[in-house]
Amino acid sequence: MELILSLGIGVLTGSGVWLLLRPRTFQVIVGLSLLSYAVNLFIFSTGGLRTGAEPILEGGRAGNLAMHADPVPQALVLTAIVIGFATTALFLVLLLAARGLTGTDHVDGKEKSR
Amino acid sequence: MPDALLLLIAVAFPFAGALVAGLLPTHARNAAAWLAGGVALVGLAMVWSAYPTVSAGGVVRYSAEWMPMLGLDFSLRMDGFAWLFAGLVFGVGTLVVVYARYYMAAEDPVPRFFAFLLAFMGSMTGVVLSGNLIQLAFFWELTSLFSFLLIGYWHHTAAARDGARMALTVTATGGLCLFAGVLILGHIVGSYELDAVLAAGDRIRAHPLYLPALVLILLGALTKSAQFPFHFWLPHAMAAPTPVSAYLHSATLVKAGVFLMARLWPVLAGTEAWFWIVGSAGLATLLLGAYVAIFQHDLKGLLAYSTISHLGLITLLLGLNSELAMVAAIFHVINHATFKASLFMAAGIIDHETGTRDIRRLSGLNRFMPFTARLALIAAGAMAGVPLLNGFLSKEMFFAEALSAKEPLPVFFDVLPVAAMVASAFSVAYSLRFIHGAFFGPDPVDLPKKPHEPPAWMRFPVEILVLACIVIGILPAATVGPYLDMAARAALGSATPEYSLAVWHGFNRPLLMSMIAFAAGIGLYRLLQGHLAKGIEGPPLIRAFEGRRMFERTMVFLSWRLARTAEGLVGTRRLQPQLRLVVCVAVLAAGWTVWLRGLWPGNLAPSGIDPVLALIWALGAAFALGAAWQAKFHRLAALILLGGAGLVVCVTFVWFSAPDLALTQLLVEVVTTILLLLGLRWLPKRLDVPGARGSEAVTLGRRLRDLGIAIAAGAGMAGLSFGVMTRFPPELLAQHFLELAYSEGGGTNVVNVILVDFRGFDTMGEITVLGAVALTAYALLRRFRPAPDSVDVPEQQRDQSAFDASQPDRKEGDTAAEWLFIPSLIARLLFPLILMVALFLLLRGHDLPGGGFAAGLTVAIAMILQYMFGGTQWVEARLRVLPMRWMGIGILLAAGTGLGAWIFGRPFLTSYFAYAELPVLGKIPVASALLFDIGVFALVVGATILILIALARQSLRGHRAAAPRPAEMPAVPEPVQSGPLPTAVGDD
Repeated sequence: MELILSLGIGVLTGSGVWLLLRPRTFQVIVGLSLLSYAVNLFIFSTGGLRTGAEPILEGGRAGNLAMHADPVPQALVLTAIVIGFATTALFLVLLLAARGLTGTDHVDGKEKSR
Repeated sequence: MPDALLLLIAVAFPFAGALVAGLLPTHARNAAAWLAGGVALVGLAMVWSAYPTVSAGGVVRYSAEWMPMLGLDFSLRMDGFAWLFAGLVFGVGTLVVVYARYYMAAEDPVPRFFAFLLAFMGSMTGVVLSGNLIQLAFFWELTSLFSFLLIGYWHHTAAARDGARMALTVTATGGLCLFAGVLILGHIVGSYELDAVLAAGDRIRAHPLYLPALVLILLGALTKSAQFPFHFWLPHAMAAPTPVSAYLHSATLVKAGVFLMARLWPVLAGTEAWFWIVGSAGLATLLLGAYVAIFQHDLKGLLAYSTISHLGLITLLLGLNSELAMVAAIFHVINHATFKASLFMAAGIIDHETGTRDIRRLSGLNRFMPFTARLALIAAGAMAGVPLLNGFLSKEMFFAEALSAKEPLPVFFDVLPVAAMVASAFSVAYSLRFIHGAFFGPDPVDLPKKPHEPPAWMRFPVEILVLACIVIGILPAATVGPYLDMAARAALGSATPEYSLAVWHGFNRPLLMSMIAFAAGIGLYRLLQGHLAKGIEGPPLIRAFEGRRMFERTMVFLSWRLARTAEGLVGTRRLQPQLRLVVCVAVLAAGWTVWLRGLWPGNLAPSGIDPVLALIWALGAAFALGAAWQAKFHRLAALILLGGAGLVVCVTFVWFSAPDLALTQLLVEVVTTILLLLGLRWLPKRLDVPGARGSEAVTLGRRLRDLGIAIAAGAGMAGLSFGVMTRFPPELLAQHFLELAYSEGGGTNVVNVILVDFRGFDTMGEITVLGAVALTAYALLRRFRPAPDSVDVPEQQRDQSAFDASQPDRKEGDTAAEWLFIPSLIARLLFPLILMVALFLLLRGHDLPGGGFAAGLTVAIAMILQYMFGGTQWVEARLRVLPMRWMGIGILLAAGTGLGAWIFGRPFLTSYFAYAELPVLGKIPVASALLFDIGVFALVVGATILILIALARQSLRGHRAAAPRPAEMPAVPEPVQSGPLPTAVGDD
């Protein structure tokens, strides 16, 4: 399982980085989204991969790591997902504004001159 | 008063005075002058009351902890040598304050002047009294800074600004070198305390780092004392008000360099390196300064170059590696301070009473201001070294030293006495020029003001100083003798030589040299009168070597050309190379760490592979790669594929025991997709102009390189993830949270308890960021101007409108309304249900998957569904959403919950909880954390809706912007209907 998820994270990262290096703003925003999936998964995976061990306590008893997955990376990733949405939104608005101002969707605000 | 306290007052009092003076009203010139004079007198009193201790060979010390972890103390130390300089600082300071009171014009902001002057006085005292080298370097830089402010006091003139900047650049650069040198010195000695350094002379001179330390410290001292080749800043500093010149360039600022060289003389001097660097700099400055001074037409310019020359004399004396020369140097410091300060003041009086300082215009002032003329005559005599004046005594000592100096090379032996005589002759010539040019000759014509004597108090400081010149000159041993002796003993210790302070040493070689110099100087002045009368600017022979021009060229080279070249070589304004660099550095840094630490298997065996998840991830990888491929060619397809990859991530969260994450990811996925869909409309069509792209080979090469980087990054991340996942740390914070979540946080959903309780402050920060981002997006969109080619109504909408218009029984927008009829009905029916789900998620969040984030996003989705299917205007006619209010309430609620804990005397965000039995709903938790979560919820609702709706509404705005054009089609915003635009969302 670890292998599958690592490869998955690798593919997401690779695709994200590839898009990050492209010249069009839409490519970059898709790349950032893919990269944030990869990073979120990576942070999440630092708690270990556990099945059937939700960090939800039964009957109000104190929990332990034998019964429950690590809640800390989950809490970190939860807010990261929401903030990720916010930054995507900000970037989208910026790229639209830049596109309106410069008339191009190139990341440098002008088409490459040759 | 204890002596230690006295030192502290002497250093701190001027700074306190500066602060008070700075707060005085702009025209309070009398109050500021009294204050400054009082502070200077108090300082003088402090110095004087330390005399009994110091004169007995004692050292007054004050020490307080400064940075104890670095072993640094704030320490003040006054021995006889420091006493002498502190006395000069405060003594000349007092006189300068009196002078400045009458010199400064009423329209100048005088309190500011005195504030700077006092602060400078404090910094200078700090330099001379520092018992610690780092502290000395600190005060040293402060003197540079305040001299900058003083020189640039008349900042409305370009000369003052340029002069101030040049002085700061040169002296502060020197200060930086000094700091580096001091650090090396401290490294050699093992302590920065002056006492320890002074005791370690042999060790320092034998150390391999001696030469770098020496060069760096001398760079500091020589720049400060305006020694060749750094002398050029001083004449330009003459743009300062004359009291500043009188103070800074006679007794204080420029003497700081000499002070430092003399202070460290016992440890740094005595080597050939010292002799060559200090001696040759001093000799060159002595001759150059005196030569150039003759040809200055500005009285202050003449005095400036004469100052440079006299500082060169002192430096040369210090460089001779002889104790007797050192005594002469200290003596000349005193003498130069007295006659040069009085001459600057006299020049200021002339400027003040006649309106000009140009020797070519001045003449015959002796008849208009006879008293000032006599004072200036005596001071100039001291400068030229006329017998029975103080300048004569130190000059004779200099000649004696020049004759007897023990140099490493005999060549120098013959040069030195000749050079000394030449410089002395020059100084006779420029002193003559100062006096003869200004005070004698025919009556002046066409002066800006009618000259007359200055106010008596303006002349008073000059009288005091000139009196000192005469008294020292006639009775040296009785007046200055004890102080000079004390200073020399403090600086030299047991090595203090025998010397005699007397006017008459018999008819000896120095006296003969003096007489030759006098005759030569007078002859030279007579010879040059014809040339000087022509009024040509600049000295002959070396006119081309102007320091200022070289300085400016260097500055332009450093700050402009070099920077531009460097930017051209390594900088780029293009995003792609920057990102490429960032990614490459990240990959290499991570790879390097792995390389250093090595790779070894983790302590967890990988679990077996589940074929279902493997299949899901095969799909996920395909989605990701597809999105990467299609983002260029087909944006909608890329967006759908991106959503697919998001869903795979979501499934992974479910699979590996993270229901909260799965829920949030799913909701965010929906919101993000809608957001990007809204944005797609404003992006341009892909242009594929033939020939616009470069050669295939270049493009292919670039892509292969990027592909390589992407593969390296991906492989690196995969390896890193695998490494992390197969390791399990021995101790986890999680254990703590799992144990306490229920007993202290009152919730069974540990993730939620962490978010709203344990780490509530983090969450609070995060929702603030979310709110800030939403506001930023909203603000940017308010001023949004779409690109011209995106303004037109989209093609589909045009076709629909054309169809509607062609049918007589249809009206504009019917087609879209028909198409969306069923979805909009469903959306309306679902609206209350979705809101109920959101409420459910919110309430149960503390115990089961859900919570404020998820609930907030759910409400936002319910809203945006209505916008999508019903159209903006339909929704806003029926439902007024005020996202800003939601956000405001949310953040206030969250912060208020946190602050509420203070009422109960608990730290911020401490939560309280209990379980309440409610009818129908059953037992629900009533924790204060729930209130906090409601705050989170409200903010997420507000922020998400604000962004989405602001973006959605751009369709309306875009058309409005296009409306004035001769549009062939009526503008149809949004699917349903057109009409007047309601107020923008959020303008509540």
